[in-house]
Order: sequence, then C-alpha cells, then structure tokens
Amino acid sequence: MSQTNKAFSDARPLDQEIAVSVRGVSKNYGSVVALKDMTLEFPRGQLTSLLGPSGCGKTTLLKIIAGLLKPDSGEIIVNGKPVVGPGPNRSFVFQDFALLPWANVMRNVAFGLELRGVAKSEREAKAAKYIKDVGLGGFEKAYPHELSGGMRQRVGLARALAVDSRVLLLDEPFSAVDEQTRRKFQEDLLALVANENKTFIFVTHSIEEAVYVSDQIAILLPRPSRVSEIIRPTSFRSKGVENIRRDPEYLDIVDEIWASLRSYVE
Amino acid sequence: MTNRSLMLKLLSAFLVFGAWEIAGRIPISYAFPTFVESMAALARMTFDGSIFHAYGETLKPLIVGVAISTVLGIGLGLWIGLSERFEWLFSPIFIVMQAAPLAALIPLLVMAYGIGLTSKVFVVCIMAMPVIVLSTSSAVRNTPASLKEMATSFLARDHHVLLKIVIPAASPVIFSGLRLGVSAGFIGAILAELKITPTGVGDIITYSRSIADYPSMYAAIFSIIVLAVLFLNLLEKIENLLFKGNDRGYVTD
Repeated sequence: MSQTNKAFSDARPLDQEIAVSVRGVSKNYGSVVALKDMTLEFPRGQLTSLLGPSGCGKTTLLKIIAGLLKPDSGEIIVNGKPVVGPGPNRSFVFQDFALLPWANVMRNVAFGLELRGVAKSEREAKAAKYIKDVGLGGFEKAYPHELSGGMRQRVGLARALAVDSRVLLLDEPFSAVDEQTRRKFQEDLLALVANENKTFIFVTHSIEEAVYVSDQIAILLPRPSRVSEIIRPTSFRSKGVENIRRDPEYLDIVDEIWASLRSYVE
Repeated sequence: MTNRSLMLKLLSAFLVFGAWEIAGRIPISYAFPTFVESMAALARMTFDGSIFHAYGETLKPLIVGVAISTVLGIGLGLWIGLSERFEWLFSPIFIVMQAAPLAALIPLLVMAYGIGLTSKVFVVCIMAMPVIVLSTSSAVRNTPASLKEMATSFLARDHHVLLKIVIPAASPVIFSGLRLGVSAGFIGAILAELKITPTGVGDIITYSRSIADYPSMYAAIFSIIVLAVLFLNLLEKIENLLFKGNDRGYVTD
C-alpha cells in the first residue's frame, strides 16, 4: 500500500480531471488473489496503459472497470458514478476481436447501437462513418472471415467507437495482429487519442508499445497484485510519431521498466 | 463448380442404379427386382394415384410428429442448454429415449394409446426428438463465451443474448440435429406403419411383400427415400436463407 501511495504522490502534481478511478478493488478467484486492494486513477482525455507480467491482474482490472466482472470489494467510479455493471459510458475492444461471424462488417460495427435500439438507418449511417474512420471503407459487406487479423481488429475498434462512449477499454487489442500492422495501429491510436476527447485504458504486455502510446503507464506487479509505479513520459509526445522511438527519454523509460519487471518474469 | 458437383451427383446416382439393375438381373435373390422393374411399378402407382393416397396416410403422423419434435425439441434444447437445473431434469430422459430399442416399446405405446394416429405420432417423436434436443442443448452450451461477453459489454439484455448471439451461434448444430432428427422421423413413420397398423406406404410395403409383388415393394421404399432426401435438401435451403453468414466459417476458430 505504501508503495502505491508513493507512486500516486509522484503522479499527482499534474492535477488532471479524473475520468475513472479504481478504489481499493480486490478480486479473488477461489484461493488465487487476482487483485488486492488496488487503487488507481485515470485522467480524462488521456491514454493510460496497464503494463505488467502475466498474472498481474491487468485484464481482470479492465473487466472489472467494464462491469463484466464484479469486484469482491472496493469500487470503480466512472465520471462520478459508481460502476454496477456494463454501462453506456464505457466500451470494450477485445483481444480476440469477438466479432459475430454470421454478420457483415456493417452489422458488426453497428451491433452496439443495435442493442441500444437505435433505428437501422441511423445506426448504419453512424457505423459507415466509423468504418471509414478506421480505414475499412469499401468492406461494409465483407464477412469477418474474409478479413485479415488487423482488419478484424479495426472492425472491433469501430464497433467500440460507434457507441460513442467516453471511456474506451482496450484489452491487448494488438496482440493478435502482426508486427507491421501493430505499428500502424499504434500510430493510428495516437491520432485517435489526440482527436477524440476520450479516456483510453489500454492493457498490454509489450513495454515498447506501452511507452510508445501512453500518456501514463501504470506498472502492475503480481503476487500480490499491486501498482508498483506510475510513469508519465513528458518530452517526446509532442515530437511526432516518427521520432518517438529514437528519443532518449523513450529509450530510458523502456529500459527502466524492463529493469523493474525482469525479476517477475519467469 | 456447380456443374461439376451436379455431374458427380448424376454419376453417383448412375453407378448406384446401375449396380441395382445388375444385381436384379443376376438375380441375387428372387425377392430382389431390377431397377427398371421397380421404376415401372413406381410409375404405375403414380399414374393410378395409389401412391399419393398412401402418402396422404403416411405424411399425417410424419408431419405432425416432426413438427412437434422440432418446436418442442428446439425449445427444450434451448432451455436445457441455458439452465443447468433443467439439464439435470430432462437430459437423462432424452438420452434414455435415444438409446431405447423403439420396436420393443411399440406394444406398450399401442396398449396406452391404441392403434390410431396418436401412437404413430409418438413413434415419430420418440425417433426424432432426442437428437434434436441433445444437439440443440450442446450447441447452446458451447456458445463462444467471448461473444456473450462482448454482447454484455455492449449492454445486451438477456433476450438479446439469446436471440442475437446464442441462437445464431448454435444454428449450424441445431440444423444438423434437425436433419438427423427428421431422417429419424421418416424411419419412425415407416416403422409405425409396419409395426402398429399397415396404412399408407407401410401398407404398400407389407401388402406387396405378402403377394410377392417385389417391384412395388421396392418402389415404395425408393419413393420414401427420395422424399426424405428432398426434404433434407429443403431444410438446408431454409438454413442458408435464415442464417446467411453461417456457411462462411468462424472467425475465432
């Protein structure tokens, strides 16, 4: 706990508006402690990464924020309201895409709106806009199995954007796509964070990816699960996407994170 | 491509009927007519209308039984698949039904329900229902968890999950259960006519065997097989119409 508090007192001075806050959340699976008294805050309009070795509870935390899992104790506050289940202010991008195989791209992207009872013409107009935004214009009638992994995840992203929620939760969204597609995705994600006024919570196991895309990185450590450190890169974000990977601060942070994680990776 | 598959189908039909004709001409048995003789008998029955009259009788228990099995079977299957408690309650009944030697149970059915339509419908249901129920329930239970989770995260209510995720995801297996169930239903309908009271197509089979009119007997058997195949094809067409994307493969597989 003292470690967590210390990390927060380091991070606080920026004094941003908080969109999502996690307060003392614990979660056990039987006798396995997935999360223990976790406290963490996510500033509005920024991208926060949850980074850590496998088993540190990062996906569990994300699903609790989404309302898909119930915490054993503690609470989640999103825009001032406690989370009791899935809500319209959050949308989720899944690691395995979770697209409906029997529905075409248009219906998949509009699915969130369909569940909300939005009229067909309206939801398709909205979906068409986001399909174009994620770069899938022309594929509206394609079925998921006809698309590459990267394109499938673009569909998943468009579906999450189409419901226009304030908070976007991304669960290792690029882990199932190839390296080159992933780099393109990361650049697109930076543009998305800059253009859409949304709060992004991003789970990843890639240190480089976390440092590249994040305004704030929360390092989670396992056994017991805790936030060990919060890192806020300061200088390289404004230098343009093509310069980030050779910025000294970027390289330092990557090294520093690896140094603190290496003893937990078996 | 369609041309090629049509050619192959015709070729396979030609081979089977050719083998039948040769076997009939040898003859392998006095009671085995040639293909041409059987078709001639079928044509005769078609022109004098007796086959239509027979199907009027046979289709009654078949259609009623298959309809009951489909509606009740899919309904119960969904229920069993969704609720563990109902699995405990109902699943054993259908497993026993599937394993039971039906011919041995027919006397019991006749004692309870007489020799009329009711008993025959029961026979069709006992044949058709278990496989429909069991495949529906296992399909429902194997709905990809990630799709259900996705729907929940996009605010799906329970009926949304059932109608928009569970049923479409289960539909290929439900339909394959339906195909098996319907073909078992055909077997049941003929069995009922052979074992309970000879009516319809079962009557043609029994009667022509007793007077050694084997071509007619085989014509009747042939016609029921053709009807069953046509019906199964129709079912497949319906499936493709209802769930268009399903023949296009699964993304997460």
